Amino acid sequence: MAPRTLFAKIWDAHSVAEQEDGTTLLYIDRHLIHEVTSPQAFAGLRASGRRVRAPQATLAVPDHNVPTTERAAGIAGITDPESRLQVEALAANCAEFAIPHIAMEDLRQGIVHVVGPEQGLTQPGMTIVCGDSHTSTHGAFGALAFGIGTSEVEHVLATQTLPQRKPRSLRISLTGTPPAGTTAKDLILHLIGAIGTAGGTGAVIEYAGEAIRALSMAGRMTVCNMSIEAGARAGLIAPDAKTYSFLEGKPLAPKESDWQAALAYWQSLASDAGATYDQEIVLAADEIAPQVTWGTSPEEVVAVTGRVPDPKAARDAAQEQTWQASLDYMGLEAGQAMTEIKIDRAFIGSCTNGRLEDLRAAAAVAKGRKVASHVSALVVPGSGLVRQAAEAEGLDKVFKDAGFEWRDPGCSMCLAMNADKLARGERCASTSNRNFRGRQGPGGRTHLMSPEMAAAAAIAGAISDARKFL
Amino acid sequence: MKPFKELTSCAASLPRDNVDTDAIIPARFLKTIARAGLGAGLFADLRRNPDGAATDFVLNQPPFDKAEILIAGANFGCGSSREHAPWALLDFGIRCVVAASFADIFRNNCFANGILPIAIEDAATLAALHQAAERGEEVSVSLPDKQLRFGNHTYAFAIEDGRREALLEGRDAIATTLSRENEIAAFETRRAQAQPWLN
Ligand code: SF4
Repeated sequence: MAPRTLFAKIWDAHSVAEQEDGTTLLYIDRHLIHEVTSPQAFAGLRASGRRVRAPQATLAVPDHNVPTTERAAGIAGITDPESRLQVEALAANCAEFAIPHIAMEDLRQGIVHVVGPEQGLTQPGMTIVCGDSHTSTHGAFGALAFGIGTSEVEHVLATQTLPQRKPRSLRISLTGTPPAGTTAKDLILHLIGAIGTAGGTGAVIEYAGEAIRALSMAGRMTVCNMSIEAGARAGLIAPDAKTYSFLEGKPLAPKESDWQAALAYWQSLASDAGATYDQEIVLAADEIAPQVTWGTSPEEVVAVTGRVPDPKAARDAAQEQTWQASLDYMGLEAGQAMTEIKIDRAFIGSCTNGRLEDLRAAAAVAKGRKVASHVSALVVPGSGLVRQAAEAEGLDKVFKDAGFEWRDPGCSMCLAMNADKLARGERCASTSNRNFRGRQGPGGRTHLMSPEMAAAAAIAGAISDARKFL
Repeated sequence: MKPFKELTSCAASLPRDNVDTDAIIPARFLKTIARAGLGAGLFADLRRNPDGAATDFVLNQPPFDKAEILIAGANFGCGSSREHAPWALLDFGIRCVVAASFADIFRNNCFANGILPIAIEDAATLAALHQAAERGEEVSVSLPDKQLRFGNHTYAFAIEDGRREALLEGRDAIATTLSRENEIAAFETRRAQAQPWLN
């Protein structure tokens, strides 16, 4: 057989049928659902009298608009009636269709893309979908994982398959060793800056190279998570010993003889030598400094040591206009040093950077220091288990002593569907993934960065180079 | 799903790149368990000032408040997978979006809801279309002919055959897939043997 890429191997292994219209009917191994993009899918099933084909292949967890405070009262304690209705609808739909559901009160509740890997649901070689674009996160385990819309959620519930046109393959190699203080978040932000938010359109990105292999599983998830910000359908990293040891013993991971069989299969999941890609990009990681976005698109990013760019230096008139509009929205001047930008809020959390390792990194900066008096800072663990583990290490105390608020898990200020949001004009150092206008609340201004950098910004009261705090 | 065949309408010109799904429908409008009624949230932060007053955004201005066609720049619909974006467009009355290019998930979501996304890669044609739209000229789209017409321009657009047929018939993709039920079951049997840990 001709050499194949990892992506082609997973794709081929899940082809139920090659259809006349050129699509492949792809079998879906696991389906994650949450409260925002699933209610209309269940309504559709009900309206057409269809059943859920494989309830046990599905896992539901509410995350997008659960509150991050006052959780003791459970669902009844959600003050926003619309949010409450969505969380209630998820519970009721799961009960009706016999779908495993991690309820809001459950210790394991959290952001769907943190929960999947944490429970061992996410495994190499799988196809995984979720009605959420950041499903690309799960690609860190060598799973083909992509976000879908609600009609597709309904399609997967009813058929456990999806008709898909094969995306193009793009290998991005990050070579060399990043400097100390440069994190996974910095690698992916830099990469998006280099290839643009449409650079990966229509592609499944396979990340390769020493700088990727050196990342922890948490770091790999951060990179794959933001594949969607580069426009890609999915990100993919070949599994290795780190992947297996992460999974071993997780509740939903294979056990005993299944584990041995699974491991043997997983070890076959690497791109063959000589496999070809539709496109290849090689970037050197050795000189990537900590990154911060200055604009309203993730590609509008510079090193923290840099300056707000001048629209006059844009590549063409259209980009000049876009940059100027971003500067106006963000309230910034061309040429300003990034470290002169004062912030009002800091948010540490989200499916990009809400895992234990991220909280440890932020806590290392926060330890023994104080949040600037004009800044209000929020730490929102990605799941209840992350929260518990962080508390066992005393990270909650480090944060609280430094003046950060320590919250219950959820998406929180990543998308401002619950009470956590920016006021108009407020500027936030955020570890999330999108700096779109109004993403963190109407009129809010978002600067994306790593957990270390967000913690440093909270303490300095302005965007700062976290390396000076370590 | 409503079939899509022909459409003639004035077109709203939104000459911007990277119009994201948070702009199309901000997250606060996603708190619904219904599909209908989302038109009110369409481009909400562009259509309304913070004080609630209407802006001069194109969709607020007659005749474009009745436009069934929206014309944008590159990478339209980037960002989240929220199907609320096409639902909002549809609820407002938009049945066709023309852009230099589309984000993948958004494009899929359009087809699932009977909205025709047309990519025009040729910058000069797209620019001419924006100008015609701004003048309030009518734009015609024929899916059977795979043509978009305005003024004295005729543009042949590309669309996958399967997508085109499904739109023309307004066909439910689930029904099509369920006709392959035997093949799905056979796949599941094979998988259960080869990868028992997935059961
Ligand atoms: S944390 Fe943010 S990006 Fe991640 S799933 Fe939640 S809302 Fe989406």
